[in-house]
Amino acid sequence: MNQQSLILRTTGRFLLPLLLLFSLFLLLRGHNEPGGGFIGGLVAAAAVSLHLFVMGTNAARRVLRLTPRDLIGWGLTTGVLSAVPSTLLGEAFFTALWFEITLPLLGELKLGTPLFFDLGVYMVVVGSVLTIVLNLAEES
Amino acid sequence: MSFPLTLAIALPILIPLFSGALSVTGWRSRRVQRALAVIGTGLLLLASILLLHAVWQDGFVVMEMGSWPAPFGIVLVADLLAAIMVLLAAITGFATAIYSLSTISERHERFGYYPLLHLLLAGVNGAFLTGDIFNLYVWFEVMLVASFALLILGGERAQMEGAIKYVTLNLVSSAIFLSAIGLLYGLVGTLNMADIAAKLATVDDTGLVNVVAMLFFVAFGIKAAAFPFFFWLPASYHTPQVAVSALFAGLLTKVGVYALFRVFTLIFNISDSLTHAMLVWMAGLTMLTGVLGAAAQFEFRRILSFHIISQIGYMIMGLALAPLSPLALTGGIFYIVHHIIVKANLFLISGLVYCLRGSYELKHLGGLYRDKPWLGILFLVSAFSLAGMPPLSGFFAKFIVIRAGIEANAWWLVATALVVGLLTLYSMTKIWAEVFWKAAPTEDNATRPASGDLRALYATIAALALMTLCIGLGAQPVFELAQRSAEQLLDPSRYIEAVLGERL
Amino acid sequence: METLMAFVIGVLYATATYMMLRRSIVKLVIGLVLLSNAANLLLFTTAGMMRGAPPLVPEGALQPEGPVADPLAQALILTAIVIGFGVLAFAVVLIRRAYDVVRADDINRMKGTDT
Repeated sequence: MNQQSLILRTTGRFLLPLLLLFSLFLLLRGHNEPGGGFIGGLVAAAAVSLHLFVMGTNAARRVLRLTPRDLIGWGLTTGVLSAVPSTLLGEAFFTALWFEITLPLLGELKLGTPLFFDLGVYMVVVGSVLTIVLNLAEES
Repeated sequence: MSFPLTLAIALPILIPLFSGALSVTGWRSRRVQRALAVIGTGLLLLASILLLHAVWQDGFVVMEMGSWPAPFGIVLVADLLAAIMVLLAAITGFATAIYSLSTISERHERFGYYPLLHLLLAGVNGAFLTGDIFNLYVWFEVMLVASFALLILGGERAQMEGAIKYVTLNLVSSAIFLSAIGLLYGLVGTLNMADIAAKLATVDDTGLVNVVAMLFFVAFGIKAAAFPFFFWLPASYHTPQVAVSALFAGLLTKVGVYALFRVFTLIFNISDSLTHAMLVWMAGLTMLTGVLGAAAQFEFRRILSFHIISQIGYMIMGLALAPLSPLALTGGIFYIVHHIIVKANLFLISGLVYCLRGSYELKHLGGLYRDKPWLGILFLVSAFSLAGMPPLSGFFAKFIVIRAGIEANAWWLVATALVVGLLTLYSMTKIWAEVFWKAAPTEDNATRPASGDLRALYATIAALALMTLCIGLGAQPVFELAQRSAEQLLDPSRYIEAVLGERL
Repeated sequence: METLMAFVIGVLYATATYMMLRRSIVKLVIGLVLLSNAANLLLFTTAGMMRGAPPLVPEGALQPEGPVADPLAQALILTAIVIGFGVLAFAVVLIRRAYDVVRADDINRMKGTDT
């Protein structure tokens, strides 16, 4: 990791936040259009992997804050939990529930349990891809 | 649908998934994982009792996932057979979890033993409860991935060698299963099992239907370890941690048997001459090869592994004779109930013997009856039950199946079943004589002091042995349960109506 | 097109079987990869091959306009591919670990647990 090109180092710094933002955009867009947790998670994992190539594994772990394994765990928990609220209302398991919230500046916002499911998938994908990548990077 | 029912059918899948997920987040704390293992499987046990109760009252519990209506969305369907299987899975899971607390080392726990245990249970329960053929494939794969990882936990040479055969043959089976789903979807254009059953009756192309039926037959035959597809089982089941062995022995092959029961009663016509002949031959040869294989073995867990195969034969015999005798399917279901509990218990006993003496080889063991008479008694209860001695559960299981065979005039099968029962008794007395009765071999340092606290192991084994005894002494309620679930299976129109309702 | 696909699938199954019967464990895994792909392709073909628009219902309408492709088969294949990928990734890790332990790329040297 010591012979890096200047281009990679400079662009890497800008690309990380951009890619993470883009992955969040994909995650939210999945509501009605192509996108969603899986593809968003892959983009986020790619962003962190790029950071790993530029700054090394320790920096990548710092970006994540949680270990990849915790991400998988919490993602799974979120995903499973998102299926539960509908059963409490007497609907079938996994039925989508939507709430409309009016926020002061942004206007109307539609929130629903599928979003939380997607969020769970997002975290599981980021976690599992980075588990593999980090293990490979630290082994070599 | 009322609130408790939708929850009752979802919980057996939801609880292990959730406790597995929490168990991953609590990765660093050994105590959290161990607590979650006991609480999660304990709750699962309660939930499965709740489900069985609900199904006993209503006949069928159906839930459309995400409220998508039946032939389009994925449905969860619990009939009596599914509910019984879920209960048995929960019992085995709970017993294994308790047993694991004192037998799984910290090193193995750190590789993720408990999350995998939960994942395996989720996969197994999902396979029992789903009413969608592709969803069944997905749950099978969930179960397989968890079982692969559990099998090689520890990474010893024997485990690797066993795992390669286990993984290969199970992946081949999955590929065949997937091909069969593809052809079936091409034929009827639906994946909902009830809808397939209704539509397949109108398909004229019997040649293609037979091809699909045989593909399912082979795919599930491999999973069930039936003759001639059983080779992966004796090569791998004696290699992992003994708690894992017990869980596999109790549950995994029975998922294959369950799938055979489901597909060949609901979707395909079992009285079709080709299917019937195949099942009869498979049943007889599975019983025979399994028991002969066991007779040639001198290692505790290998003997037990081969007996799994021979016992699978009895269950398939129940299925094979279903069109000829109404009693047969009842016998098959009774056999599954009896077998899961007894088989898991025998593996747990072999693990306890290993804890006491440090070996699975019969020639290194001996004299245990002198040291631990109660363990000897517990072993005898389970072993005699497996061989079919009255008044234990195995006697009634064999009795019903053989009685059905006599009603169906299937004399060859009846003769085979009786001979195999005798040979099973031979195998069990062999273990008894070598492990418990003969004097302990003096040349090696066999009497290794027991490591740790073994009370939990004794408690688990005693509880399961008691269960065998109870099924034997109070056979009537279990028989009624098996009979009612057999009635449900034999009349597929009730399943179809419960799932599709007035939309048919 | 269907006839061509039938040949392709047949060749894939045959190749997969041939590879799995070799003694090398690497070839065994290659055989498994081919086998799962053959099954996926079979699923794709039997579901009916047609050129159609994506099955999206325009806003305000109750059904899609004109012929559409069957989305269910594609969803199935996507699921099957992801599952197959995960399982095969495990198989690759397994043969690597097995190679580390056994030090041989030969099934015949792994008969210790057979009977």
